[in-house]
Amino acid sequence: MMPDDTDRRLLAAVQAGLPLVREPYRAVAERLGLDAADVMARLERLLASGAVRRIGAVPNHYRLGLIHNGMTVWDVADAEVDRLGAAVGALDFVTHCYRRPRALPLWPYNLFAMVHGRTADEIDDKRAAIARLIGDACRASDMLPSTRILKKTGLRIGA
Amino acid sequence: MTATPDALDRRLINALQGGFPIVPRPFAAVADALGLDEDEVIGRIAHLVEVGILSRFGPMLDAERLGGAVCLCALAVPAERFEAVAAILADLPAVAHNYERRHALNMWFVLATETPAGIEAAARAVEAATGLTVARFPKEREYFIGMRVEA
Repeated sequence: MMPDDTDRRLLAAVQAGLPLVREPYRAVAERLGLDAADVMARLERLLASGAVRRIGAVPNHYRLGLIHNGMTVWDVADAEVDRLGAAVGALDFVTHCYRRPRALPLWPYNLFAMVHGRTADEIDDKRAAIARLIGDACRASDMLPSTRILKKTGLRIGA
Repeated sequence: MTATPDALDRRLINALQGGFPIVPRPFAAVADALGLDEDEVIGRIAHLVEVGILSRFGPMLDAERLGGAVCLCALAVPAERFEAVAAILADLPAVAHNYERRHALNMWFVLATETPAGIEAAARAVEAATGLTVARFPKEREYFIGMRVEA
């Protein structure tokens, strides 16, 4: 189900954050000229459809001390990538896990898993844990730590 | 309260990275579950947002399910041009994030556009502006997107 215009107006109004008041959904509803019950029903639907991934606290990794991040990348057989991707993605310390196309010859990797840590050792340990899980199915791997954030802006939708 | 989260802040952050209730008094529901006071929960979250420990508090959207598109891309930038190319990408609105990473492909960025067709146009705009080839890594499958971190 695609979001309708009112849904988009609602999401545009709350994407920067919910009002931090006792009745946040009522406050949003009043701002948009809607009913609080309608706002809540729409958010339930948007959550169920996946347009809203989740509602809650969005931490700043750096401010929590998670200043190290590593993009771990793996070359596994195409026939194995979905099974292994599901297993790697289920690790609680993996924050993102995707299958992506290779870019040969420079880039043989088809499985990407992001890890974060307070120290360089911590992300090395996480990479090692993923390597143990993938085992002999791994044909090549690398980890690209981020050495600098060059730009970071949130994703924004229009109203 | 300071700019460093205390034990209760960390408990709140860990408890609230999803599943915020959609009920008339959601902070009261959270407070009850954690044995806290509704106004204290609101005050602590507001403080965590204000000092930047939380980027925000609210819904996290899936751009693709809203008709938009995102694509991870990379460039192999010669060292002597690195800062100039970073500045070019900083000025392109379609570039949402950009990271320096240690690899021959040393600049990794995310393109975010309002339509799937916009990605190719944005990638070509990066190529035209930099003279470099953009390696495109569209996601073929997402296995899990937790985005949870331990506070």
